Amino acid sequence: MRHEIRLKIGPVRFRVGSDWAGPVAALRSLYREYPAADGVPDYSVRLEATRPWRRFIRPSVAVRGDHMLPDALPLDLAHGVLAAEIGMNLQLALGERRWLLLHASSVARDGRALIMTGESGSGKSTLAAVLAARGWRLMGDEFALVDLVTGEVRAFPRATSLKNEAIDEMLLHVAEDRFGAELIGTPKGRLRHLRPDARAIAAMDEPATPALILFPRFGPPEGAEAMGEAETFVRLTQASTNYVPLRRAGYDALTRLVTSVPAVAVDYPDTDSAVALVEHLWAGL
Amino acid sequence: MGGAVSRYARLLARVLANPARVAGLDDAAWTGMLTVAVAERLAGTLAARLADVAVPAVVAGWMVNAARQAEMERASALWEAEMARRALAPLGVPVVLLKGTAYVAAGLAAGRGRFIGDLDILVRRSDLPVVEAALLAAGWEWVKPDPYDDAYYRRWMHELPPLIHKTRDRMIDVHHTILPPTARPTPDAALLMADSIALADGLRVLGPQDRIVHAAAHLFADGDLAGGLRNLWDLHGLIGEAGCDGLMARAERHGLGPAVARAGRLAHAMYGTDVPQAWRRLTLADRFYRRRLLAVDGWGRDVRPVTRLLFYVRSHWLRMPPLMLARHLWVKMRR
Repeated sequence: MRHEIRLKIGPVRFRVGSDWAGPVAALRSLYREYPAADGVPDYSVRLEATRPWRRFIRPSVAVRGDHMLPDALPLDLAHGVLAAEIGMNLQLALGERRWLLLHASSVARDGRALIMTGESGSGKSTLAAVLAARGWRLMGDEFALVDLVTGEVRAFPRATSLKNEAIDEMLLHVAEDRFGAELIGTPKGRLRHLRPDARAIAAMDEPATPALILFPRFGPPEGAEAMGEAETFVRLTQASTNYVPLRRAGYDALTRLVTSVPAVAVDYPDTDSAVALVEHLWAGL
Repeated sequence: MGGAVSRYARLLARVLANPARVAGLDDAAWTGMLTVAVAERLAGTLAARLADVAVPAVVAGWMVNAARQAEMERASALWEAEMARRALAPLGVPVVLLKGTAYVAAGLAAGRGRFIGDLDILVRRSDLPVVEAALLAAGWEWVKPDPYDDAYYRRWMHELPPLIHKTRDRMIDVHHTILPPTARPTPDAALLMADSIALADGLRVLGPQDRIVHAAAHLFADGDLAGGLRNLWDLHGLIGEAGCDGLMARAERHGLGPAVARAGRLAHAMYGTDVPQAWRRLTLADRFYRRRLLAVDGWGRDVRPVTRLLFYVRSHWLRMPPLMLARHLWVKMRR
């Protein structure tokens, strides 16, 4: 393709091709501190004009690649970096069979991982970013990769995708030079990427042992309630993109996770109380 | 012949034919070849072919993904066949598995690592009403409940309108023959059924040479050659296992001699399939087919739009007479 970038995020190698220079330049800037991704990619993502003339006239980006959704809507060229992010997420969500994928953010401390999962809007990305700003190692804001043999979690620390109020919240905690350009009017609203810190990138190939699973919920008054293994199991099958295709191996990995790691549903009204809750639960492990 | 645009598709074909050819490939060649394999739904097949040769560490992760996905496809296809068997067994009518599910159920080379989408079965035309009723009672539903499409399928197609299972979300195509009645060749569906072979569970598969005839009919007498590299790979395996003795006579009985001969020639040219001397040279038209089969680049993009369009038009031309085609396209266009 006309423009191309290779990215290695955690253990996953991508090549992203684009009909336009813009999205690749934006990715190059967001991922400028990541190690070079030589070799053979695991996945290819293509950002293509929906029709040949749409490269120039009202440019419209179709997200394609090895694995695609047939009815995915195209995006504005101004949102090309979001298109790339969607493309990379889709490759993992639809194609990955090496690890059990949990749609979750994760952070680590002393080689032990905290996994946070919940529906979008639960604040799991923001919470991971805030914890990273307070000394935790960011492992990822989108997917936690659970090793099918060892049960360890692999990091997938792509640029954290912050939406709407979460952007303003994070600007209170992190210097603005770590942010990408603000994207206005995307299908997800206002969106801005936060570059993971040097520590998260340097340690991205180091697995961590799961120690705690949280189901955060932003909004209601502060509270924490232990979750039983059965409910945790069912919720995590829903949070996994590849539990079914992994068959027995997925069942075994998930069973081991929920029977060896405590799970807690936490409600929090603001980030400070969330951080305090997390630290309290972590200290009690 | 060929050109730079299809070089990774040609590399993929050479490696499928002879996996030892991966020795010395550089990263760019691997990247292009693996991407074409995914785009052409040959990833699992390639992973199975490469299982016994040395591959660089950088492609090991890709191989694991492809092999595990293929294992999943195989298990789901066999499970879906079993679900259909349970739904249809009380009827006591013969049910023949077709295409990918048949290849894995019968343990054929073409089934190794194969991508499998829908479940395709063949039943006698006279059994269609009871089969349809049994499937509907067992939880399958119509995919597109549209009166025109429904009438079109029932009058002019070789299969029922597609059905999908409401909880398992898998499609089943119920055929009563292997080409649309409007197509010029008329395969002998009764002969296909009579010479089918029972598997241990009571489901059936076509006889070895009829499998070749069906795969060739599917590739060259129906459709626009989308996924053609994969379908030709099926033919490579089927011909390798059944051999060519008496094959042409069998193909002629189904009116598919030309399609089978073309399949033999192209399989030999692209995969080195063992075929009679007469099939070891491509005709001028064959070369155009090969051009279409290889119309994918190292990013997995469709290329050669004019060639593709011509084969698309041809697929409709084969399927129906001109006036009927005009009416059909008119109805579809007004949607």
